[in-house]
Amino acid sequence: MFQAIVFLPLIGFLVAGLFGRVIGARASELVTTSLLGVSAVLAWITFFNVAFGHGGGTVELFTWMASGGLDVKWALRVDTLTAVMLILVTTVSTLVHLYSMGYMHEDPSRPRFFAYLSLFTFAMLTLVTSDNLVQLFFGWEGVGLASYLLIGFWYEKPSACAAAMKAFIVNRVGDFGFALGIFAVYLMTGSVSFEQVFAAAPSLADKSLSFLGHEWHAPTIICLLLFVGAMGKSAQLGLHTWLPDAMEGPTPVSALIHAATMVTAGVFMVARLSPLFELSETALNVVMFFGASTAFFAATIGCVQNDIKRVIAYSTCSQLGYMFTALGTGAYSVGVFHLLTHGFFKALLFLAAGSVITAMHHEQDMRHMGGLWRKIPFTYGTMMIGGLALTGFPFTAGYYSKDAIIETAFVSASPVATYAWIMTVAAAALTAFYTWRQMFMTFHGKPHDHHHYEHAHESPLTMLVPLGVLSFGALFAGMILYPYFVGHDVDHFFRESIFMGPENKILEEMHHIPGWAKWAPTVMMALGFLTAYWMYIVNPAVPKALAKQNDVLYRFLLNKWYFDEIYDFLFVRPTMWLGKFLWKQGDIRVIDGYGPNGVSARVIDATNRVVRIQTGYLYHYAFVMLVGVAALITWFMFGGSH
Amino acid sequence: MYDWPILSVVTFLPLVGALLIVVMIRGDDEVAQRNTRWVALWATLVTFLISLLLLVGFEPSASGFQFVERTPWLGDFAAYRMGVDGISLPFVLLTTLLMPMCILASWEAIHVRVKEYMICFLVLETLMLGTFSSLDLLLFYIFFEGGLIPMFLIIGIWGGKRRIYATFKFFLYTLAGSVLMMLAIMAMYWQAGTTDIEVLLKHGFPSGMQYWLWIAFFASFAVKMPMWPVHTWLPDAHVEAPTAGSVILAGIMLKMGGYGLLRFSLPMFPEASAYFAPFVFTLSIIAIVYTSLVALVQEDMKKLIAYSSVAHMGYVTMGIFTLTQEGIQGAVFQMVSHGFVSGALFLCVGVVYDRMHTREIAAYGGLVQRMPIYATVFMIFTMANVGLPGTSGFIGEFLTLIAVFGRNSWVAFFATSGVILSAAYALWLYRRVVFGALEKDSLKGILDVNRREMVSFVPLLFFTILFGVWPQPILDACNVAVQAIVARADVAAGAIKAASLVLP
Repeated sequence: MFQAIVFLPLIGFLVAGLFGRVIGARASELVTTSLLGVSAVLAWITFFNVAFGHGGGTVELFTWMASGGLDVKWALRVDTLTAVMLILVTTVSTLVHLYSMGYMHEDPSRPRFFAYLSLFTFAMLTLVTSDNLVQLFFGWEGVGLASYLLIGFWYEKPSACAAAMKAFIVNRVGDFGFALGIFAVYLMTGSVSFEQVFAAAPSLADKSLSFLGHEWHAPTIICLLLFVGAMGKSAQLGLHTWLPDAMEGPTPVSALIHAATMVTAGVFMVARLSPLFELSETALNVVMFFGASTAFFAATIGCVQNDIKRVIAYSTCSQLGYMFTALGTGAYSVGVFHLLTHGFFKALLFLAAGSVITAMHHEQDMRHMGGLWRKIPFTYGTMMIGGLALTGFPFTAGYYSKDAIIETAFVSASPVATYAWIMTVAAAALTAFYTWRQMFMTFHGKPHDHHHYEHAHESPLTMLVPLGVLSFGALFAGMILYPYFVGHDVDHFFRESIFMGPENKILEEMHHIPGWAKWAPTVMMALGFLTAYWMYIVNPAVPKALAKQNDVLYRFLLNKWYFDEIYDFLFVRPTMWLGKFLWKQGDIRVIDGYGPNGVSARVIDATNRVVRIQTGYLYHYAFVMLVGVAALITWFMFGGSH
Repeated sequence: MYDWPILSVVTFLPLVGALLIVVMIRGDDEVAQRNTRWVALWATLVTFLISLLLLVGFEPSASGFQFVERTPWLGDFAAYRMGVDGISLPFVLLTTLLMPMCILASWEAIHVRVKEYMICFLVLETLMLGTFSSLDLLLFYIFFEGGLIPMFLIIGIWGGKRRIYATFKFFLYTLAGSVLMMLAIMAMYWQAGTTDIEVLLKHGFPSGMQYWLWIAFFASFAVKMPMWPVHTWLPDAHVEAPTAGSVILAGIMLKMGGYGLLRFSLPMFPEASAYFAPFVFTLSIIAIVYTSLVALVQEDMKKLIAYSSVAHMGYVTMGIFTLTQEGIQGAVFQMVSHGFVSGALFLCVGVVYDRMHTREIAAYGGLVQRMPIYATVFMIFTMANVGLPGTSGFIGEFLTLIAVFGRNSWVAFFATSGVILSAAYALWLYRRVVFGALEKDSLKGILDVNRREMVSFVPLLFFTILFGVWPQPILDACNVAVQAIVARADVAAGAIKAASLVLP
């Protein structure tokens, strides 16, 4: 069963990838989608078995590598945490496959597209089912590869190629930390398998590890290094620059990879490694700090973007920050809760945005849209549901999960908790603002591009069905699942898949917070809505005036806090310069200049006229070697017999 | 295992093929050229098939050398001794596997002096196989140094425009190394009274002498690897060499250095190895970071891959000198994997070079539009070069890095940063050559990979993926032999520790 869930998408990938041209685009679509559908059904069965029965367990496949003390196995480990990820990944992936049949309808390379989607799903499934850090790393880089291929899917566009490369390389920076984290875990525990690492974890609490000349508290440095990996994959402040650019990929890709699944891998990793993170206050504080900062920072940028997909991309970045905030407080299940609900409503938003883009004939700039709700009412309705869930409108999915996170930040005893609370509450207002700004600019007001507006049409059924299914999730997932992720059934639901130390009582405490704190995010949401309503419906001249008035701030936000420019200045240019310098000055001038070229300058002069190899150096070499061998033999025969 | 001298048969069979070409084929017309190619291909294929018997008969759990042959030669001091263990066997098989591909890669690319070219390759194969399977110092030296002569010829006669400069540089570097190694071999014979490697492995050289011997051997192997700062011959040699020459150079000849370190330096001079380990670490991380940066700014495809080879060999030397099971096994694996991957990458360059006759990166762009199969193959090997898990490139890097982290976190830190840089240069190369719009007129008619080229790629693809998910065959094969090396290194480390305790 577990094998089928994970390997069916791989079969789909191989069929579409190897034989896509032979069997044709239609067949490739059907094969990959139906295999994934089967996988999704099995995943749901597994979920009920594991979470509510006592299924679960680990299936060992075979040894990956064994050397010295290292023993890495290919294995599928399924517990509640994995099961939650399984249903999210397979469900969203199936829906995205289905949706792509409509969305990619006109693209000639559909077999390739579906092959990549299935490859991604396979890699993501190995990631969530891994039972050791190295297999996790395999899935981790595997989804990175699929993401690279899909962002660069339209390879004739230079911007897509650049974005794909940027995604891979920035992720590699994260993986660099992740890899060092794995090495540190192996050094300290002698194993990389979760079972043994977690068993050995308590003994690490008072050990230290020397890293880069400094004595560190072992769990702290391990967790911080691993968290660098999570930051890369989940686009946290500092390593987030690739995510907005990743929107160069086709929209279904953005929905699947850059919203619902891959980018949440970092959150999953921290939750999975909760037995390690529980040992280090410092690491959790760092996680919370970065999470809360990202939540706020990305939301500020989201408020001024004009590309419909980029708004959602920054929103994703911001929501991932929320998840990390929850993890940082020690409320792992709450982080995973938001991961799950966010997966549904953000995929919905992206797919709905895709439907808008199709309707507008691949126009993505919201300034050219407007008034579309009349033309595409179903898309409008589903996008509204997604937007409501995102802003945390009462009783939608986001209301339960996001407000729970803000509550954990309020009750946490960590020194950064207050900062985190202020940031996340402020971000809640900004979230409502940019979401409604997007809704108003796209669907309300007057159409700005009449030509496109006149030709706008509702999408085909293959695209609308996924929207409907996801809307259901966005509306009800929170309500249904609240008791298992936040309420009183958490222990019973997650059992040993999430570890919370004995003094970690955050889940109880968060139910006893003052009323004003509980309602703060909802008030903020309303505030954000009203501001957006005032600025984009009542008085549409305000945004421009504001932008003009606060020119510096506006530019600062529009240029994404100048991160790309700063990185280009700090890293990209110096690296290229250094490469050139080492090549021209190091290799050519110093090493060659004083080495072979210098030594031989005269020889070259003498032999410049002699070009043919037969009279050149070869004979010299052969001669020298022969003389050498002869000397050696002679010496052995006569000199060495002592 | 077999009652016939299988190692000698495998080693000298290519030579027989070369003799056949000399004796049987006359003239230089079209027919003669075709016959020459077929004879060479069959000779290498049969050699490969027979070498598979080595794999069948090899006993991974047995210690010591297997398929051993001993025949007296040159009186009683240097005998003809052959044998393989778990460290040399993978390289023997790698050689016999890559060789038919090289012949295939030269099928249409070489038009002049086909006969001489094929003879060179067949002789080269014999010499390389001899290097990996000889169990006598003198014999090793002859094979090891002799292998350079056909390589010089291949680069010097069938190479590109600056071939003279390249061979000349190659010559200067290797000469310096080999002279020192020869002196060291003399000294070893003086001290131990034999050139039998099996005996020398157990012979404990006095510590004072170990250091000098170590340096002499290291000089030769470091040039071969090549290690920074004696690496500059490699990019030039690669750029000028014909495709098949590059494949052999990167795929096998570079490994002779790593093999030498494992065969001689570590087990014979364990104290010196432990003493010099920090020095080698330093050179290795410089190699990884420095050459990766240089690779980033290259304008010539072959040069870029050559520099990336130097960086990858940095992981090998680093892994070897961790003196741990994981590190050394990782290094062996990395060498084998690099044999597949870099060989395949040079074949990839060869494919477009044969069509366009330029290696300038700027001359390409958008190849994916016309060459989808090529794009896929190139992508897989690029990813293997980057060390993506699931490809063989990952295993070696991972094992060597995890081992070195236990030794020194600074080394691990800088070496791991190589994974970022390798992604940068490899993907950027791919982006400039394969992705993008097909704008250049010269490329509009370019054809995709043909069947002959595919025959070379398929086995390499197969092994790259297979060993990526299941590296155990290679790790198991070298396990026992590496254990022996690590045990000797541990004893020596213990001795050094004891000695340092005596001092205040």
